[in-house]
Amino acid sequence: MPEPPARPGEKPDFSQLKLPKAGEAPRPPVDGDAADMRDLAFSLVSVLDPKHKAVGDWDPKLDADTLRTGLRHMMLLRIYDDRMQTLQRTGKLSFYMKSLGEEAVAIAQGMALRHEDILFPSYRQPGLQMVRGRDLVDMMCHCISNQRDNVKGRQMPVHYSWRDGNFVSISSPVGTQFPQAVGAAMAFAYRGEENVAISWVGDGTAAEGDFHYAINFAAVYRAPVILNVVNNQWAISTHMNISTGGTTFAARGIAYDLPSIRVDGNDFLALYAVTQWAAERARQGLGATFIEVFTYRAEAHSTSDDPTRYRPKDEWKSWPLGDPLERLKAHLKAIGEWDNKRHTALEKELNELVVKSYKKAEEYGTLDEGPYPPTSTLFDDVYKDELPHLRKQRQQLGV
Amino acid sequence: MVQMNIVQAVNSALDTVLERDENVVIFGEDVGYFGGVFRCTDGLQAKYGLHRVFDTPLSEGGIASIAIGMGINGLRPVVEMQFADYIFPAFDQITNELAKLRYRSGGEYWAPVTIRTPCGGGIRGGHYHSQSPEVYFTHTPGLKVVIPSNPYDAKGLLTTAVEDDDPVIFLEPKRLYNGPFDGDHTAAAKKWDTHASGEVSEDYYRIPLGEANVVTEGSDVTLLAWGTMVHVAQAAAARSETSCEVIDLRSLLPLDLEAIVASVQKTGRCIIIHEAPRTSGYGGELSALIQEECFWHLEAPVQRVTGWDTPFPHTLEWEYFPSQERVMETISRTMENN
Ligand SMILES: Cc1ncc(C[n+]2csc(CCOP(=O)(O)OP(=O)(O)O)c2C)c(N)n1
Ligand SMILES: [Mg+2]
Repeated sequence: MPEPPARPGEKPDFSQLKLPKAGEAPRPPVDGDAADMRDLAFSLVSVLDPKHKAVGDWDPKLDADTLRTGLRHMMLLRIYDDRMQTLQRTGKLSFYMKSLGEEAVAIAQGMALRHEDILFPSYRQPGLQMVRGRDLVDMMCHCISNQRDNVKGRQMPVHYSWRDGNFVSISSPVGTQFPQAVGAAMAFAYRGEENVAISWVGDGTAAEGDFHYAINFAAVYRAPVILNVVNNQWAISTHMNISTGGTTFAARGIAYDLPSIRVDGNDFLALYAVTQWAAERARQGLGATFIEVFTYRAEAHSTSDDPTRYRPKDEWKSWPLGDPLERLKAHLKAIGEWDNKRHTALEKELNELVVKSYKKAEEYGTLDEGPYPPTSTLFDDVYKDELPHLRKQRQQLGV
Repeated sequence: MVQMNIVQAVNSALDTVLERDENVVIFGEDVGYFGGVFRCTDGLQAKYGLHRVFDTPLSEGGIASIAIGMGINGLRPVVEMQFADYIFPAFDQITNELAKLRYRSGGEYWAPVTIRTPCGGGIRGGHYHSQSPEVYFTHTPGLKVVIPSNPYDAKGLLTTAVEDDDPVIFLEPKRLYNGPFDGDHTAAAKKWDTHASGEVSEDYYRIPLGEANVVTEGSDVTLLAWGTMVHVAQAAAARSETSCEVIDLRSLLPLDLEAIVASVQKTGRCIIIHEAPRTSGYGGELSALIQEECFWHLEAPVQRVTGWDTPFPHTLEWEYFPSQERVMETISRTMENN
């Protein structure tokens, strides 16, 4: 029976990880043959070295403004998460889930794409909305389930939907979005468009049937899709040792003849570069890429969870790949494009933005006090047009 | 007898069956070391070992199919689906395989699998943590479907379910785990310790499947309910001026038709209350059975109080959840037909 390396009360142990040096993994040509890049499934693409310099073939050579934008989004996501989690404790939200420790996933990968590319995220990539410029007030109105929630109070918090941002409605049943992204990609190909579809599932979710449907169909039809497994080590209390038989998640893609790349998920530059590579490949009609994003879930699974019951309390502190936000910040400082003063000022600005946005959102109501969407909306959107039996039920409810 | 809530009663039943039968194994998502997200299997891995109580990969289809294989080969698996809303990836294995194995093999093969899963609303869980999927399974020949409404029944019924050689879908109304709930969400949460059925024996005992329980006796109208709705029905009955007989079905399949018929022949009126949507809900089946068996005794049409034919909403949960008020209105309407 498999077990995690450490349980509560034991010393965190990441000695099972074999992590290559930054810059070591080669960058194959975008039109390369999947068979020639199998090593990438067992390696780890990283760009930021211990001295915070960008090294190796995968360096995306981003300008300082882009890097600062990435840092800003990650900081905003972290501050937003903190604020919403605190509000959950006071009853303003029924539930919340943070991205702590894996902010780079949504931010770097989102930034490497175009607005037209369609997103099929899990609940762990809300940061994509920040990349695409969604108004925080709208995000909050959903989370506090008020009358301006664009999903009309139908879903639990963090189950965002945002059509203008090509951000497809999040579902709770895990993994369902993965093969749907393949279908969306095939629709792009059908219409001869250059856009790509992208989806994310967790390490735990990679055990669902949907995961396997997705990589198989993606390979069979050479769909312009990027399929990511975000391996943050944990699926609630289930360690990834109990999710997979031993090899890397990325290795699974090899069996389907997909380019399969394992990337340091806490390295903004590496994530950006790998996603850009995969998107370019898809746009050229060369098919799907399978990515394992290697990271660590630093927070509880959700506000309903207590991780001290199943893993060492301070495990994140020992995570060898560090904190994605701190690493990008250190890089910007190392290249002379950032300093503590600017950082503190930005932090203050973003804190104020979050506080101001929440004040505005609250004007439209909160879960503990209302007002909610009108009761009649309960019966809307079950079908495009209301069916007679639903009209009758609505009338029975007197709305 | 000791005080238990439903979580503890389920845990006690599992403890008892693990102790008595070495073929019993328990597995599912987060059920091993952690003891389940609702803590129903807490402490069982520590007590019985990793090989008898274990965590699985996140795959309901995997869990159900592995259980079937074990069941075919002599084990007696009790698996947990973390939420009834997440049972659907296992639907094919449950409805096409588990349900039909005995029949399709001419009785040569079967799998004595019990599938436990928390169901129902009332916890602000939105559509994916609130569903009541009982009819998908009652509609499938070969499956038994059981749903307790209190700790005492939970333990007795679960013990019987595990020992049954047929597959059983065991639905646990999650809103009742820690206390009875009568639909009044504005009242302070209650605990099981003041409820008569919160007294549970730590020893082995069974409650047969297919025996309904008359929880409130009355003469004018029969209220049929299961799970959380039993408590809503009882509260509505207590507030109503009509003399209501409330029956907790406890098991939907096998169904205690005799108890239903006896009651409806006495009262001449019947209301069926369930959380699941109305269309093709189990209320439709019960209503048909009642008109077949009791037509000449009926004083009024059989009525249903159910969830609306919409997905279970998050924010407007209490507008969806069948309330005491809706039950009372329906009682009045039924009594008008005099
Ligand atoms: C089909 C299904 N089964 C179970 C659940 C309950 N559940 C929600 S998240 C989760 C763990 C997911 O872990 P992972 O895929 O690693 O993603 P992470 O939360 O780490 O991002 C589980 C078991 C669910 N939402 N859907
Ligand atoms: Mg995970």
